[in-house]
Amino acid sequence: MKSLGNLWLQMPPYVHSTAITLLLTVVLILSVAYLTLWERKVIGWMQMRIGPNRVRIFGFLPGMGQPFADVIKLLIKEIVIPARANKILFRLAPAITLIPAFAAWAVVPIAPGYAIANVDAGLLYVLSLTSMGVYGVILAGWASNSKYAFLGAMRSAAQMVAYEIAMGFALVGVLMAAGSLNLGTIVAQQHGGPLAWNWFWLLPLLVVYFISGVAETNRAPFDVAEGESEIVAGFHVEYSGMAFALFFLAEYANMILIAGLTAVFFFGGWLSPLDGFPWWLGGTSLLAIAGTHWLLVKMFVLLFLFLWFRATFPRYRYDQIMRLGWKFLIPATLVWIGVEALLSWYQVGPWKH
Amino acid sequence: MLPLILFYIFATILVMAAVAVIVSRNPVYSALSLVLCFVTSAAIWLLIEAEFLAIVLVLVYVGAVMVLFLFVVMMIDINLEELRAGFTRFAWLGWIMAGAIVLEIAGVVLTKRLGIDVTRGGAPLPANYSNTQELGALLYSKYAYPFEIAAMVLLVAIIAAIALTLRHRPNLKVQDVGRQVAARASERVRLVKMDSEHRE
Repeated sequence: MKSLGNLWLQMPPYVHSTAITLLLTVVLILSVAYLTLWERKVIGWMQMRIGPNRVRIFGFLPGMGQPFADVIKLLIKEIVIPARANKILFRLAPAITLIPAFAAWAVVPIAPGYAIANVDAGLLYVLSLTSMGVYGVILAGWASNSKYAFLGAMRSAAQMVAYEIAMGFALVGVLMAAGSLNLGTIVAQQHGGPLAWNWFWLLPLLVVYFISGVAETNRAPFDVAEGESEIVAGFHVEYSGMAFALFFLAEYANMILIAGLTAVFFFGGWLSPLDGFPWWLGGTSLLAIAGTHWLLVKMFVLLFLFLWFRATFPRYRYDQIMRLGWKFLIPATLVWIGVEALLSWYQVGPWKH
Repeated sequence: MLPLILFYIFATILVMAAVAVIVSRNPVYSALSLVLCFVTSAAIWLLIEAEFLAIVLVLVYVGAVMVLFLFVVMMIDINLEELRAGFTRFAWLGWIMAGAIVLEIAGVVLTKRLGIDVTRGGAPLPANYSNTQELGALLYSKYAYPFEIAAMVLLVAIIAAIALTLRHRPNLKVQDVGRQVAARASERVRLVKMDSEHRE
């Protein structure tokens, strides 16, 4: 065991980062698998149903085998390519949607002082990668040679471009609070308990960011890109088998990414909520230790919000989505950036020196 | 050595993608090749440690501009025959422009050869050097006025673009969102209480 540890330390840095990247990818894929199960369970409970409870693992844990059963089912299904579809782009599109959702994790600080790539302009990197995901959707819609798929793609392209701006502006506020574009520094700057986290001073921006995040991932109530009642399944209507599963995987991976980024930007990432408390409130206890587990807890709560929204809200009408994005969210962020500038000028809150 | 190899790989992809933009028969392929061009040039900019510009190139051009471009290209039915009709007629203009660009590049390379190098080169910057911070500090202090002027020009361009495409059509049926939001259930639904019917 000790020699294994030594071997690990002697390895060059690129071996470390490759190993952690692979581990993170596997963890993400498994999280996606169980997030789908969790979603079906949660929505089931909210609708007074039980949810999936048939497929077991080795005869135990009812329902826990469901994701694997789904994956195997999708794997052995035929991938039908529609007549006169663009074959290359049709196959490429699912991969293009999936890759940014995973690649963005490179700069996310997953443990105190650690990210796979400690990029100085990490925030911009995340923004530019999340903006690439829309290509997969557009290309899928166009390459399918189907009217419904194309309509879905057009809707989602317009929606994603609109909400990206609000998202970017919300992050300008985070950048102003942290004074850095490095995600690790953004987390480290929020130390000192829950009230020192960015959500308190940047509450409007948090709301805007999370709403934009939901819209960006095409989740309910913003899922007009796949509005079943109007355009069947939207951009992925022609996809079957594993190609469809990749879109599914991308959607949930994006949800996890948005939850992770919201936790990092507004809820102190891996910082403990007991950080900075006196000892009689647990400030020196085991719970006050910062670490990956706190990031996971925060992400879990935020992911639950995604599922809650889906079970609660009816779908927005398309023109209402555009109105909300352009006429409400963007002006709201601009106003709060102005407020933040004043706070910073008069050295209130996190800008106290 | 590795940066040099990477440079040649990216440069080859960039040139091939640029050629593909012009020669593709399908306009969607052209637009996608242009996206590839932007991404590979961003990679080359990363190699010369201009990470802010590289990321912003991807963010603005790939993430926003080209998406809308692709949007338009997919929506309208482009007649390729019509588009290609002028290809030979205007070829001379293209050749002149290509020649000018080659001359410009040659000029840059030659000044380097003659030893009158004006570009910074060679020594890499220290690891804690923040490209973004330096750019921001310069833009908002030394070049504040040019920066503001550029922003104003862009704003005017946005307003002009909107004004040019704005059409007031008569008899257009639009939803008044303010009224929709202000609607209350009490105005829309009338609850009627009545006794159940009895069989005679």
